[in-house]
Amino acid sequence: MDFSLSPEQQALKDSAARFVEREYGFEARNALLRGDRFSAQHWATFAELGWLGAGLSEEEGGFGGGPIETAIVAEELGRALALEPFAPCAVMGVRALLAQASEAQREALIEPIISGESICVLAHGERAGRGEDAHVAVKAAKSNDGYKLSGRKCFVLGGPHADAFVVSARTSGQTTDRRGVSLFLVAADAQGVDIVPYHGVDGRMVCDLVLDQAALSADALIGEEGGALDAVELALDHGLASLCAEAVGAMDAALWMTRDYLQTRSQFGVTLNTFQALQHRMADMLVETELARSMLYRALAALETDDPLKRRMDVAAAKAQIGEAGHFVGAWAVQLHGAIGTTEEHPVGHLYKRLAFVRNFMGASDVHLARFAAWSAEAKAQDAHGQAARAGRKADDRRRTSPVSD
Amino acid sequence: MDFKLDPADEAFRAEMRAFIRANLPEDVARRGRRGYHPTHDDVQRWQRILNAQGWGAINWPAEHGGVDWSPLRRFLFQMELKAAGAPVEDQSALELVGPVIYTFGSQAQKDRYLPAILNADEFWCQGFSEPNAGSDLASLRTRAVRDGDEFVVDGQKIWTSEAHKADMMFALVRTNSEVKPQAGISFLLIDMKSPGLTVRPIYTINEGLSVNEVFFDSVRVPAENLVGEENRGWSYAKFLLTNERAMSAEVPHTHHDLELLKDIAAVEILNGRPIAEDPLFAAKIAKLEVDLLALEYAVLRVLHTPEDDASLNAVSSVLKLRGAELRQRVSELSVEALGEYGLAVFPDVEGQDNMDKLAPVPPAPDYAAGHLSKAMFRRATTIYGGANEIQRNIIAKTVLGL
Ligand SMILES: Cc1cc2nc3c(=O)[nH]c(=O)nc-3n(C[C@H](O)[C@H](O)[C@H](O)COP(=O)(O)OP(=O)(O)OC[C@H]3O[C@@H](n4cnc5c(N)ncnc54)[C@H](O)[C@@H]3O)c2cc1C
Repeated sequence: MDFSLSPEQQALKDSAARFVEREYGFEARNALLRGDRFSAQHWATFAELGWLGAGLSEEEGGFGGGPIETAIVAEELGRALALEPFAPCAVMGVRALLAQASEAQREALIEPIISGESICVLAHGERAGRGEDAHVAVKAAKSNDGYKLSGRKCFVLGGPHADAFVVSARTSGQTTDRRGVSLFLVAADAQGVDIVPYHGVDGRMVCDLVLDQAALSADALIGEEGGALDAVELALDHGLASLCAEAVGAMDAALWMTRDYLQTRSQFGVTLNTFQALQHRMADMLVETELARSMLYRALAALETDDPLKRRMDVAAAKAQIGEAGHFVGAWAVQLHGAIGTTEEHPVGHLYKRLAFVRNFMGASDVHLARFAAWSAEAKAQDAHGQAARAGRKADDRRRTSPVSD
Repeated sequence: MDFKLDPADEAFRAEMRAFIRANLPEDVARRGRRGYHPTHDDVQRWQRILNAQGWGAINWPAEHGGVDWSPLRRFLFQMELKAAGAPVEDQSALELVGPVIYTFGSQAQKDRYLPAILNADEFWCQGFSEPNAGSDLASLRTRAVRDGDEFVVDGQKIWTSEAHKADMMFALVRTNSEVKPQAGISFLLIDMKSPGLTVRPIYTINEGLSVNEVFFDSVRVPAENLVGEENRGWSYAKFLLTNERAMSAEVPHTHHDLELLKDIAAVEILNGRPIAEDPLFAAKIAKLEVDLLALEYAVLRVLHTPEDDASLNAVSSVLKLRGAELRQRVSELSVEALGEYGLAVFPDVEGQDNMDKLAPVPPAPDYAAGHLSKAMFRRATTIYGGANEIQRNIIAKTVLGL
């Protein structure tokens, strides 16, 4: 293990931090909030600086990185409260494509995303499917020359900025079957596709994607029919980790911003940092931030294992833990700022809102806690099974070598 | 001790419920059940209905236009009002400045201001806090200098709730800077239309408008608008702040929110079942409700404590502290119950105080509106009216003797 950044990783972090400092100041961000809540120019810069492919190996079409590189970028974007759809597109959209697409499709689809030409986001969640990743009610019916999609995807982060969606839809089976889920590439301007935009608490654009007999050609199917759920789950896990990284960035920013504020704000003739009650509160905020960062690293490690159960467990653990820690740090950062913290006019309130978003987006903390409990039990059962099997093998070995059994 | 509710009180409660059901306009109630600050018109309409009935100020004594109900009945009435979705009254007027005026004001002030409050002809705002006088309120610097039969006011207030809708402000101003801070403060009533007075809106993190900055540039205020004696304003303010804290438990409000939360939890689906049946979520609702039941009895205890009991001030801090936390928790749980739609910003389409006038309405069920706005705005409940840290200081000092 090595917890220090490599020179390349450090350079990536520095470049992200520099960009954020220069281009994503509070006023500049407010200007975006008053407009499209998105900057095409920023997106182009993300591409230019190599961030959109930073988390992909060279075989995957990227620049030789992995989940750690993605997290480095996401953390800085979280610190800046960036509004552009990095996680939905460069993480979840890309991961879903990579895991499911055919060789030829990967070739055609990944490059335009990494170069910033196309914004393509994953659209998977449905309202009735809360808590169940296998829940896919959107139907893809076979037609003469392709498919017709109908149904509704909800709360698609970044959707209003996208030119295409990776949509999960059911080609067979019942609504919550693991089999029968397929992925389709759906152009935002295709017929039968309605994008209903609104914005989330942290200022980012989201949409519902309403599909009404949206006619797709056969080659809109990504990879093979019916077996895309593993790819979706992998993409969701990468997305959750990226969300956690954003939160860690926002927590870190809120922590130090509050520290600085206490050192300058005076009441009762002294600066606020002299009150021990507030010192202890800040110490607790630091504890939560450090543990959140540690948990994030654990989740990043899990993304690189090829054991899906372990990966799902650690990512769920991270989301449960960081969601709550983020809320703790964000809420106390506001509290310690007093009234100014509750306004749109100070960054600390916006940091709180991002952390409130992360806490409940893609499953609230308890949803992940409950999943963790179930998966943890499953892992233990597998373990016990494995041990029993190993013990059985040993007994066999002994028998084979034992003179008695002969 | 005897904790039984008198049958006469039960009957009173039923009567109140019937009255409210018959008289609260349906559209006002519908808006009131949402999480936004009520509109000026809704507050005014409902206040006038109550006033016509003689119930315009249930916390005032009958001789000033209030009622002669017991504290318990006042509380029961509040519970019924909130349960029905009645808009929150002009608290600055009815709960804060009204009692100061009838307790310390001149006869002319009582005649001039109290009827206008009762009938919602005039709305009020509270001008206490300043940029550098928050928790340390006594350090306020807005100056009022006597000039003949007027005061000339210069300075700035901030966080003034509803200043943008108010007709009058009650303000703490410095009239003597030679003495210790508390001894040089006066209590002035200021017409918001006075020349030299300007209001700047400050949007809060629910993307709504309720607080403002108010600037005074040689604002001339008639000397007859001084309440009580010059330089005695701090003692009137302390009287008022104790009232503010006592009401701030907001138990009726949280009760109502809890009911809304349960309604949401009954229909929102998690893992294929109503989230109310999810053991983790059910436990969180139950814990909240248990805490609220305890707080409700704490409020009843305080309501039955004689007003001259010295412990009242400290116990009102207990109510403020826990009441503010519960208001945050109930709205956070409502957001969580709503799932991702809970994170969608609903503009207050029927209000006037949206920051983003063009924000689209999310395609979520109607009952999802307002909860996020509450959850965000209520970060303020542990800050205004004396932050929770300050309440803890008061408890430590005055009750525990630390
Ligand atoms: C939504 C809203 C509405 C409001 N409406 C009004 C209104 O209508 N009229 C009005 O006059 N004011 C109003 N206020 C202002 C409110 O009363 C002040 O915000 C409050 O008194 C705290 O002051 P401050 O914000 O300056 O915070 P500060 O006093 O700067 O406090 C910052 C932090 O330090 C803590 N702190 C301060 N002193 C101590 C100490 N001695 N020990 C430990 N911790 C300490 C505080 O608890 C807080 O967490 C409103 C505020 C809000 C948020």
